[in-house]
This record gives sequence, structure tokens and C-alpha cells, in this order.
Amino acid sequence: MIQPTTDMPDQPIIRFADVHKRFGSLVVLDALSLDIPADQTTVVIGPSGAGKSVLLKHIVGLLQPDSGNVYFHQQRINHLSERQLEPIRKRIGFLFQMGALFDSMTVGENIAFPLRHQGIKSESDIQQVISEKLAVVGLSGSEKKMPADLSGGQKKRVALARAIAMDPEVVLYDEPTTGLDPIRADVINELILKLKEELKVTGIVVTHDMASAFKVADQIVMLLNGKIIAQGTPQQIKTMEDEDVRHFIEGRANAEDLKALHRL
Amino acid sequence: MTPADPSSNRFRILSPLEFLGKTCLSLVLTLGDFVRFFVAILAGIFRGVDRFGLREMLSQMFDLGTLSIPVVMLTGFFIGAVLVIEAYPQFHALGLASRLGSVTVLSVVKQIGPVLTGVMLAGRVGGAMTAELGTMRVTEQIEALRSMAADPVRTLAVPRVLACVVMTPILTVFSDILGIFGGWLIAVHVQGINNDQFWHFARVGVDIYTINTGLIKALFFGLAIGAIACYKGFRCGNGAQGVGRACTEAFVSSFIVILILNLVLALLLTNIYVMVWPNQPPIL
Ligand SMILES: Nc1ncnc2c1ncn2[C@@H]1O[C@H](COP(=O)(O)OP(=O)(O)OP(=O)(O)O)[C@@H](O)[C@H]1O
Ligand SMILES: [Mg+2]
Repeated sequence: MIQPTTDMPDQPIIRFADVHKRFGSLVVLDALSLDIPADQTTVVIGPSGAGKSVLLKHIVGLLQPDSGNVYFHQQRINHLSERQLEPIRKRIGFLFQMGALFDSMTVGENIAFPLRHQGIKSESDIQQVISEKLAVVGLSGSEKKMPADLSGGQKKRVALARAIAMDPEVVLYDEPTTGLDPIRADVINELILKLKEELKVTGIVVTHDMASAFKVADQIVMLLNGKIIAQGTPQQIKTMEDEDVRHFIEGRANAEDLKALHRL
Repeated sequence: MTPADPSSNRFRILSPLEFLGKTCLSLVLTLGDFVRFFVAILAGIFRGVDRFGLREMLSQMFDLGTLSIPVVMLTGFFIGAVLVIEAYPQFHALGLASRLGSVTVLSVVKQIGPVLTGVMLAGRVGGAMTAELGTMRVTEQIEALRSMAADPVRTLAVPRVLACVVMTPILTVFSDILGIFGGWLIAVHVQGINNDQFWHFARVGVDIYTINTGLIKALFFGLAIGAIACYKGFRCGNGAQGVGRACTEAFVSSFIVILILNLVLALLLTNIYVMVWPNQPPIL
């Protein structure tokens, strides 16, 4: 593979170089190479179990590749210790697929956690961020609620508020619109666009929601069996001939997928 | 790896050996992993806890206390009482019934109090702490902490282990008091031993060193219980089943470790006693 020369004007902010990852005998990422351009939104699509969440976890060092490298701003990060990863993690917000809210803390404390942890002392600043971020995700006034008292979609939105609390330069969204009604989902799409345009946030969005994918993406990447089988702008992806890509973006099951049903 | 032919003799001989090998290997690996975790906890303890950790620690201490004080007191009382009931005929036959005071207090303070409290806490903590941390792991909350540049050992494990280290001796005191009370009640009010004699021998038999022996034991039990519960929670397998198994394993491991620690500490602390006070034979 030809490496781009270092004096290229637009260096990718995140780079996967020949990443292999397996769990036991299950190969999840198979020689995956991918460049994530800065200040843009990259959408990752692919069937359930394709390794999309695993891909995101490599970016913050929650998982390490078995071989290959992951770079953040040209710095190789896959060999770093937890301590060494801290400064990188502080620059990246992560919305987990299941939200991963701390269920012993209120909504407000959840959003305040990254702020307090990173040493912001002023209580009034913290309260201001909490109410601002909650307003952004349409949950004003729920500071005092416990995560257990929220619906699935509300949890997701609180988790999103927590992920963007520190105004990170990169946000990893793992299925940000799953479980939301269509209107809420579109508000989140607008939020992703707005963060990119106004705060120059680099976004990586994992989604099964094709409407959302086409709306927010500058680049779409399709993952299948641990490999990238398609990559391009939304326009390019829409007009792609490839069978697997067409089936996926049109949401059509093929004969293979339906085989089990015929036995009923 | 190709599976050996099940009908060949080689398979039959190798299979138990292989099983033994695998078991030993995984045991050694787990132990190594645990030691690393434990060192991280100790390092965290010496670095101290932050404001968040302190809050976490206090709330854990509160949970441990409110959950366990009644149970620990209840069991302490009954075991103390039964101890005297069982020991009385032997001592009576020797004409030493009046010395039951020192026997009761010594056994309760050195053995029964700390071990009973340790075992009760191992069950409670295995149930509550391991389940909580295991659920946090399964629902990716621990990964979420790491992704926000927080160290899960420092934010979650250290406050919990500290809470156990502080609370086990405190609970042991409660267990001790009720155990002595139970013993006294039976000895003086059922078996008819003279109240003054009971307390006289209790005082002679038990010095500060003895009481400290019990409390030092309790401290180490707390450390072991907390560390094991956190370790099992952090390494918990997936799903509700994984959490359930982690809880059971935490309890069983803590239980075994308490028994071993009790033996080791008893040997160690008795030897120290003899070293420091060479002329005084250990009482009774
Ligand atoms: N920590 C882990 N240990 C073992 N296997 C794992 C682990 N994490 C993920 N896997 C496996 O890796 C595969 C890919 O998982 P991943 O969560 O990345 O899928 P995904 O593409 O995000 O799917 P979905 O769209 O359903 O969220 C799955 O088969 C999963 O079982
Ligand atoms: Mg996923």
C-alpha cells in the first residue's frame, strides 16, 4: 500500500492501518485500513455483528488490535498504556451503543462526570453545561432523574449529552438515533451536522438508520465480515452496483437471508 | 489443534492430564492477573481518593453498615451463647467453670468475631458489590469510565476496598460485643457462674494485644473481601448469568482466603506476641 506523504495538507485525524482483531476464533476486523478525515462526518454501516462497535473502541484504546496500527493525529496509539491514553481520551467523546450511563448517578451527575473528572471546579460552570447540553438533546429539566427512570430513547440522549459535554474534537456516535422516534432522530441528525459545522467536530457515526446516514455523512463506509466493502460519498454509495451494498441500503433481504423462514 | 481420536488409549491418558494442565495454567494466570489488580488497588490506596472517590467510599460504608450490623450482631450473640453452653460441662467437670469468662471473651475476640464478620461480609459483599460492578461491566459502564480518561480501579475499586477495610473491624467490634454478651448471659444467668468472677477472668485473659489481634485479622479480611469482590466484578462474564457466577465465585474465593488468612495471621501474631513478651506464656 502506498503511504500518503507526510506533507499532505489534509492528514486524516484517525487512521486504521491493516488492523486485525479477533475474539477467540471469531475474526472481527480483517486487515482493515481506513482514513477518517478531520472536520467531517464518516458514517459506518454494516450488518449486525460486522464489527462496527469494535472498530469504534479501537479509536479510544478500549480494544487493541492483534496486529496493525491505529493512529490519532499521526500518533500511534495502540501500544499506549491506560495512563498514556488519557490525554487522547479527553479529546474524544464516546456515545456507547447502550448508553452506558452510570446508574448510581443522576442525569446531571452523569453529564458532569467528565467535567469534574477533568478538574473543572466551578459549580456554576458545570450546572451551565448540564442544562445547556440537556436542552440540546431535548431533555431540559431532567437533571435530577435517575437513569433507571428514563425510557430507552431518553437514556440514549442523556448519553449523547454526556459524550459532548467536554466539547470534544472527535465524537464517536454508536447508533445515535436507534430507539428514537423519527422526529427526535432528525433532531439528533441536525445536532451532528451542527457540531460539525459550528464546532468543527470530527464525527464517526455507526448507524443502521439509512436516512440518517445519507443526511449526516460526508463519507460512508460499509463494513462486512471485518472488511470494508464500499467507501464513498453518499452519492457514490447510492449509485453503487455492488449486490451487498444495494441490498443493505435498500433494506431488502435476499434469498439466503430468508431461507430459514421457508421452514415455518 | 486437532482433536485426538477418542477411541485411542492415548486420548484416555492424555485427557485427564490435559485437563489438569489446563486447570493449573488457568489458575496461575488468574492468580497473576489478580496480583496485578491487587497491586493497582494498593497503589491507588496510597495515592489516596479524590472527592468523588470519598463520596463513593462513604456511601459504600453506609451500605455495608446498614446491611450488615444487625446480621453480624445477631449471629455474634447466638454463637457466643452456644459457645458457653457447649463448653460449660467440660469446664465444670474440671472445676474451672469460673474461668469461662476468659474462654468466652478470648474465643470471641480472637476468632469468632473476626471470622464470623468476615464470612458474613463475604456473602453480603459478594452479593452486592460484585453484582454492582459486574452489571457495570456488562452494561459497558466501566468502558465508559475508561473512555472518559477515568481509571476504573481508582474510581470504583479503591473506594470499595477501603470501605471494606474500614468497616470489617468496626463490624467485628459489634459482633464481639454481642458475642460476649451472649456468652455472659448464658454463663451468669443460666449456668449460675458468679458475675464478678466471670468479669475478673475475662479481664485477666484479655489484654489490648489480644483485642488488636482480632481487629488486625478483621482488617486483612476486609482487604481480601473487597479486593476479591472488585476483581470478580471487573472480570465478570457477559449477561445476567455472568454476573450471577461472578457473585458466587467472589463469595467462595473470599471464604477460602479468609480461612487461610486466619491461620496465617494466627501463627504470625502469636509468634510476635511470644517475641515481644518472651516471659509471659500465652494465657490459657
Ligand atoms: N469483548 C468482546 N469479547 C468477545 N467478543 C466480542 C467482544 N466485543 C465484540 N465481540 C464480538 O465481535 C463481533 C462484532 O461485534 P460488534 O459489537 O462490533 O458488532 P456491531 O457491528 O456493532 O453489531 P450491532 O450492529 O449489532 O451493534 C460480534 O460477533 C461480537 O460477539
Ligand atoms: Mg454495535
